[in-house]
Amino acid sequence: MLDTFMEMMSYPFMVRAFLVGSLVALCSALLGVSLVLKRYSMIGDGLSHVGFGALAIAAALNMAPLVVAIPVVVVAAVLLLRISGSSKIKGDAAIALISTGALAIGIMVISMTTGMNTDVYNYMFGSILAMSGEDVQFSILLSVAVLILYLFFYNKIFAITFDETFARATGVRANLYNTLIAVLTAVTIVLGMRMMGALLISSLIIFPALTSMRVFKNFKGVILNSAIVSVVCLILGVTISYVYATPAGASVVVVNMAMLAIYSVIGVLKNRNNGK
Amino acid sequence: MALVKCDGISIAYEGQTVVRDLSFQIEQGDYLCIVGENGSGKSTLVKSLLGLKPPFKGQILLGDGLKQDEIGYLPQQTVVQKDFPASVYEVVLSGRLNSRGWRPFYSAEDKKAARENMELLGIREMEHQCFRDLSGGQKQRVLLARALCATKKLLLLDEPVTGLDPLVTAEFYQLIEKVNKEAKIAVVMVSHDIESTIQYASHILHLQESALFYGTAQAYQNSTVGKRFLGGEGNA
Repeated sequence: MLDTFMEMMSYPFMVRAFLVGSLVALCSALLGVSLVLKRYSMIGDGLSHVGFGALAIAAALNMAPLVVAIPVVVVAAVLLLRISGSSKIKGDAAIALISTGALAIGIMVISMTTGMNTDVYNYMFGSILAMSGEDVQFSILLSVAVLILYLFFYNKIFAITFDETFARATGVRANLYNTLIAVLTAVTIVLGMRMMGALLISSLIIFPALTSMRVFKNFKGVILNSAIVSVVCLILGVTISYVYATPAGASVVVVNMAMLAIYSVIGVLKNRNNGK
Repeated sequence: MALVKCDGISIAYEGQTVVRDLSFQIEQGDYLCIVGENGSGKSTLVKSLLGLKPPFKGQILLGDGLKQDEIGYLPQQTVVQKDFPASVYEVVLSGRLNSRGWRPFYSAEDKKAARENMELLGIREMEHQCFRDLSGGQKQRVLLARALCATKKLLLLDEPVTGLDPLVTAEFYQLIEKVNKEAKIAVVMVSHDIESTIQYASHILHLQESALFYGTAQAYQNSTVGKRFLGGEGNA
């Protein structure tokens, strides 16, 4: 056990994968609770498709992936929020529009340039080898930003998530915080998607929140537990991926599924005991 | 000066004028009931009173030291709240946000105010329960406690008894009357339930784009509009 651990840590790419992965998992879990409760679960999925399109373009232009992808996905996130806010197009339809549109552009660009190669495959399904030193720096910055947001504006985030109209009526600048959450979500997704895969990254946003909600009945409990569960699942998933040579993203999602099942059972048992 | 004075306001919703040339005022200790049919502009008016939707004509003046973010609002419940994991205490305490400004954490005073309001509305013993597990009437009490945390002067209630059974509705009206009389907080209530509200309200505003009637509850009962509306409801 310890030998395996030491062996894993002797590879710099594994250290980076653990570091970036844990930080991304932490951020996505915190942001995810608010997104899931506000019925924006699919925003992660939509943004990851936009990220895929942006990465394809970056590859075609021979540019650094993050430099292209982060601004594009941030803009898409703000746009999605704006469209959902107006009643003309409903939130779920807006996400479907933007995500399929971006995916199509990405595929067009790929087919006209490199064609379907390993890079593209890795964007789709993730690769544990993908994390660079730059990613490590970015993810540290991101997690500091998210932690500051949650530490200092926790009460406001609660109010906006629970009841946006009331929050706005009592002087909370809901738009500011919503935009902030959208932007941070966008950055989280871009950082996480090359490891987890564009198709799987949204699981990091959704699973921990839903898992925690099976058992915890107050907001603080759900937030704290999501953060812990998310990081634990990521570390387990990446370890499994290393030991059994399975794709990192899929391994993490499978661990998350198992965790959801365990928490569901605990939730049912707990309710039954309370009922008596 | 009145707490709120609306002076010839017109409000549009999605490009259409839904409230036109409306004037009325709310004094300290008033209990104003806003009635009217669906689509008569009640909800839009509520948004304007909260400062979320400025009127395109006329103005809403706040007086007696009432600040825009110090109106205790009890909104209609949203879908989000059906499965929201929040304790009663967390919800009630969130009403104190307007006293926080940029300071991030609640003070001991905020926590005390939350506990006092829970006490007043008889929900103190459920403080650790989950909001989504409560009954309809209990949820409304929690949201009322939150609204009380946000204000010392004016409560704004949007259809607060929708979906409650008659017994719980009656209890809820009594609670609001208690808040109005004992805590001397002015109440503005949007309601469909005209027959009950007329017993409690001091003033009635009957809205149909503009004010069909605005005056005391007693005068409303004797007015043509009031007779028709009250009588019509009785026959239905």
